[in-house]
Amino acid sequence: MTTETITTVPVGTWNLDAVHSTVGFEVKYLVGTFRGQFRDVDGRLEVDESGRATLEGYARVASVDVKDEQLAGHLQTPDFFDAERFPELHFRAEGLDVTMGEVRAQGEITIKGVTKPVEISGTVTPPAPDAYGKQRVGAVLTATVNRHDFGVSWNAPVPGGDMALADDVTINAELFFTKAE
Amino acid sequence: MKILGVSGSLRRDSYNVRLLEAAAELLPEGATFERFGGLKAVPPYDEDDDVEPAPEPVARLRETLAAADGVLFATPEYNSSIPGVLKNAIDWASRPLMTNPVRFKPVAVAGASTGAFGAVWAQEELRKVLGALGARVIEGVVPVGRAPTRFDESGRLVDEEIRGDLGDLVRNLVAAVEERRDGASAEAAVLPAG
Repeated sequence: MTTETITTVPVGTWNLDAVHSTVGFEVKYLVGTFRGQFRDVDGRLEVDESGRATLEGYARVASVDVKDEQLAGHLQTPDFFDAERFPELHFRAEGLDVTMGEVRAQGEITIKGVTKPVEISGTVTPPAPDAYGKQRVGAVLTATVNRHDFGVSWNAPVPGGDMALADDVTINAELFFTKAE
Repeated sequence: MKILGVSGSLRRDSYNVRLLEAAAELLPEGATFERFGGLKAVPPYDEDDDVEPAPEPVARLRETLAAADGVLFATPEYNSSIPGVLKNAIDWASRPLMTNPVRFKPVAVAGASTGAFGAVWAQEELRKVLGALGARVIEGVVPVGRAPTRFDESGRLVDEEIRGDLGDLVRNLVAAVEERRDGASAEAAVLPAG
């Protein structure tokens, strides 16, 4: 007996399950790593007949979640994301090879109104049925950007001449998708 | 459009007040200018006093900032930084941080000093402080060094290069106010009525 192994994400539209998904960032700050996440995210994965996929996602800057309310407020200001002018972060990648396993692709990310190419990498997990009769797939993706490329340039000098906040920011996304009916 | 001027110097014949007056002349049509004169009356910041109703000079400061569409600061430099009286007023204005009257508000910074460097450190310091409040801090500073040589006897700014830089700064300030207003009306247009 042979078992057919599904090796790619089935054709169709897959909507982000925003409740279970996490989109966060991490950046070196002083002596450690500072992390935050965006609570309000949305996204979609479209897989075409050729097995290639388009992944698009959004995050609301106003929903940034860090442990201090004052810092969350500062992150929304022009020193950082400038939520009043640029309320959303956006990501899009086309021609994604979603064969199960490792993913590596070029996409475009928009932060603070600036769109730049970015390389994403990660893994896609095989489709599986959930308890409600729907098919699900998962993806764990990561990308690194230089925040200065997007005008997110706040910093503070520390004694000794170094800066408090690093330039490179890693964006981590742990995504759950549900097959659209 | 209302542009508010705030001088960090209280002195009667302050060069920074003159700098604000020069900036007022350079504002485009449609923009009005008012100078805040109540800085000296603002008491030292004390969290115990930071209650409602706020001390009258503080309430006036907050209301005046809130009513302005953009703010132009002109600061001297005291001991390589901004004057305590200006920082004190900003500290009052910053509370509570999330709803402070300069959050997302376009602000610009210029400064005059009698020394050679034109309060450039104080201006950078002030830009940092205003950024911490969440203001949209317009790029650039306008250092007016050796201030007594830049104004004539009537107090008019006569240095054409500085006048040009100051003109650029206020135009950028006004443009940021207009952009913000356009953004707000665009948002209002897409929101459902009610």
